[in-house]
Amino acid sequence: MERRYLLGNEAIAHACLEAGVDFVCGYPGTPSSEVIDTLRMQPDRSYYLEWSVNEKVALENALAAAWCGVRALCTMKHVGLNVAADPLMTSAYTGVTGGLVILSADDPFAHSSQNEQDTRCYAHFARIPCLDPASVQEAHDMIPKAFALSEEFGLPVLFRPTTRICHSKGDVELGDIVKSTRKAEFHKDPRQYVVIPAHTRILHKKLNEKQPALRRRLVELGFNRCEIRGKTAVISSGIGASYVEELLPPGISFMKIAAYPLDEGWLAVFVQKHERVLIIEELAPEVEEIVRQVAGTVPVFGKKNGYAPYEGELSPTVVAAIMEKAGFIKNPLSAPQPVPDVPARPPILCAGCLHRSAFYAIRKVYKDAIYPSDIGCYTLGLQLGAVDTTICMGASITNASGIAHSGEPRDVICTIGDSTFLHTGIQGLLNAVYNNANMTVVILDNRITAMTGHQPNPNTGATACGVETPPVSLDAICRACGATFVETIDPYDVTGMINLLQEAKKRSGVKVIIAKQMCVIMARRQGVKRGRYTVNPEACTGCGTCVRFGCPAIEFADDKARINELCIGCAVCASLCPFGAIVREGKK
Amino acid sequence: MSSSFDILIVGIGGQGTILASNILGEACLIENRHVKGAETHGMAQRGGSVESHIRIGGEHGPLIPPGQADLLISFDLLEALRYSHFLKRDGRLVTNRRMVLPTSVFTQKAMVPQEEDILASLKRFNLRVLDAESLAIQAGSPLSQNVVMLGAASSAMPLKPESLVEAVKRLVPKKTLDINVKAFEAGRAAGGKS
Repeated sequence: MERRYLLGNEAIAHACLEAGVDFVCGYPGTPSSEVIDTLRMQPDRSYYLEWSVNEKVALENALAAAWCGVRALCTMKHVGLNVAADPLMTSAYTGVTGGLVILSADDPFAHSSQNEQDTRCYAHFARIPCLDPASVQEAHDMIPKAFALSEEFGLPVLFRPTTRICHSKGDVELGDIVKSTRKAEFHKDPRQYVVIPAHTRILHKKLNEKQPALRRRLVELGFNRCEIRGKTAVISSGIGASYVEELLPPGISFMKIAAYPLDEGWLAVFVQKHERVLIIEELAPEVEEIVRQVAGTVPVFGKKNGYAPYEGELSPTVVAAIMEKAGFIKNPLSAPQPVPDVPARPPILCAGCLHRSAFYAIRKVYKDAIYPSDIGCYTLGLQLGAVDTTICMGASITNASGIAHSGEPRDVICTIGDSTFLHTGIQGLLNAVYNNANMTVVILDNRITAMTGHQPNPNTGATACGVETPPVSLDAICRACGATFVETIDPYDVTGMINLLQEAKKRSGVKVIIAKQMCVIMARRQGVKRGRYTVNPEACTGCGTCVRFGCPAIEFADDKARINELCIGCAVCASLCPFGAIVREGKK
Repeated sequence: MSSSFDILIVGIGGQGTILASNILGEACLIENRHVKGAETHGMAQRGGSVESHIRIGGEHGPLIPPGQADLLISFDLLEALRYSHFLKRDGRLVTNRRMVLPTSVFTQKAMVPQEEDILASLKRFNLRVLDAESLAIQAGSPLSQNVVMLGAASSAMPLKPESLVEAVKRLVPKKTLDINVKAFEAGRAAGGKS
C-alpha cells in the first residue's frame, strides 16, 4: 500500500493497473483524457493500449476484446458516448465475458464541453450498471469492483466521474499493481454475438431479467448506503454527496447513492421512515424520479418542485442554498460576491497559433460569409469573428453543406481540425462532395489533438505508445472522397493562403484547403526556434493593424505597438504591418 | 463545517499553479495529513485565468466556498483582485506585484484597474505584495516564480518549511533543484510573518 497525491484521472488509471486491465482504448476529451495519458506513459505495459479515432470505434474495439474474456477499459467524455451510443445500446444485449468498463466523464457547468448531458441517463436507457464516485479515493476504489461487477453480471459497466473527480486531487491509498494472466479466446456463439432479430429478442428478455438481482447486488456491495439520524433526510449522489457531508448538521439522515440502477424496495424503506426528504444531485433528476415513485405521502424536495437547479454544477455554496431553501438548515456560508468589472481573461489562441493566421486569411477573403466550425482549440476563433456554428465533433462540414443547400445565398467556409476531421469529419466531406455542395472546407492541420493535451492521432506519425506509424495523407483522403480542389498551404504564409482562398472562392463545388503548420506548444517542446520579432518604434504609426490581429504577444502602449516575450517568431504580424515596422529581433 | 486549512492559488495558464499545488500536496503527504484539491485543466493552458484549490486536512469536497479561504496566493495582481472574494475576512493574501494585461485590453480596449486601486481594495486583507520575478531571477531563473510565491506564503501555512522544501526537491526537475530551493528561501525571506 502506498499513499500518493494524485489527480482523479491518475488515481483511476492506477486502479486499472490494480485491476490487471488487459485492453485500453478511447478518444481524448476533457475531462477524461489523463486516464489514458497516464496509462500510455507507464513503463512495462502488459496491456494493449490505443487512442482510437473516435468513441464508436473505441467502444466496438473494447467490446470485442471483452468478448474474448479479457478486461477492457474504454474512455471518453460524456458527449463521446453519443458517438458510441450505437454499440453501447446493443452491447447490453450481447453482454461480455471479460470485464468491460466504459468511462464516460461528465462535465457539469460545461467547463470545456458543448452541453451538460448526464451519463447516468444512458445507463438507465441501456439497462446497464453505472457507478458515480463522490471522491478521488472512491473513484479509485470503485474501478476493480467495476470490472468484477461487469464479469459477475456479464454486462458493460458505465463509470461516470465528473470534472470535479477527474480534475480533483487527493491523497489516495493505492493498491498493488497486478499483472494479468488472462488468455484471450473468442468462443463462437452466434446466439450471443450475432444480433439478428431471432437472437436479439431473446437477449433483450435476458437483459431485463438481470435487473432485479443487479439492483440488490449494488446495495449488498455497499455502493449505496444510508444512515438514519432523524426525521428528515437528505439523499445525494456523486460529488454532490461530498458537499452535503461537509455541510450536514447532526440529526438529519443521509443516504449516499453511488451506483445505479437503484433498488426501489431498499429506497422505499428509507424514505418512508422520514417526514421530509431532500434530493441533491448534479444534472438530471435520476435519483429524484425514483424517490418520487416510492415516496407515497412523504414530501419530497428537489428539482421537480424548484428547490434545486437542473443546470450547472453543485458546490458547497449551491448545496447550502438548496438546503436552506428546503428548510433543512440555516445557511452557514457567507456569500461574498466577486469584485465587479475585473476584465475577463478567457482562454485565447496561443501567440503564434496557426489557427489565428488561417482565420485572418479566411476573414480577409470571405468577408460576408457563413463560418461553421468545430470542436477544438480553433473554436476560440469565435473571438476573431470567424466561428458562426459549433455543435459537435465533425459537424462543421455537415453544417456547412446544410447551409449551402438551404438556399442561403452567402458563401460558406468551414473550419475543422485534423483530429476532428479524422474523428467524424470524413463522412461529412464525402456527403458534401457526393451531393454537390458549394462550399469551402479549411482543415486546420496541426498534426496533433491539441486541446485535450496533445494526444497523437493517425495524422501524427506515432501511436499512443510512441510507435512510429505512417501519417495518413489528408490530401489523399479528401481526394478519395471526390474533392478535386485540394490544396495544402502553410498558414504562416498569409499572402499565399489569401491567394489560395481567392482561387477557391472562384470555383464551384467542394474546395478543400489544408492549412498545415505545427502546434506552437509541440514546436516549443520539440525545440523549434524561430527568433522573435520586434517593433521598430520609428516606423510604427500606431495604426493598430497588428493589435487587431489579436495575438497575445502584441501589446499597445503610448500609441505604439510592442511585442512581448510570448512571441514565437511566426512572422505573420510582420507581413500584416502596412509600414514594415515589425522586424526580426536584431535586424533593422 | 470543514475544519480544513484552505488555500487558493490563482494565476494565468502557464505560470505553474499546478506544480505549486502539487508541491503543497506532497508536503501534506510528508506530514501524513489528508489533502484535497481541485484545479482547472484543458483550455486553461491557453492563457486563461486559472485557480487551484488546496484543502489541507480536507475530508470532504475539493472546492473552497467563497469567503472561506484562509490563504490566497496570487501569481498576478489582477487575478488577486478577481478571486479576492474567496478569502475569509481576516485571510492572508500573498500576491505578485506584476500584472499581465488581458489581450482584451488591446483588442477591445477593456479597462484595467490601476495598481494602486487594486492594492487599496486588497488592503482589507492581511496583504503581502512582492516582486516574484526579480526574486526568481536572483535565484537563477524567472521560471521559479511559482516557488518564490510558495515560499513567500509559507509562514501562513500549517506546514513545516522543511516539508515544503523536501516537496520542492521531490517535484522540480533535477537540474533546477538548487535554483528552486533558493527561490523558496528567497520567497520565504520576502514574505514576512503572517
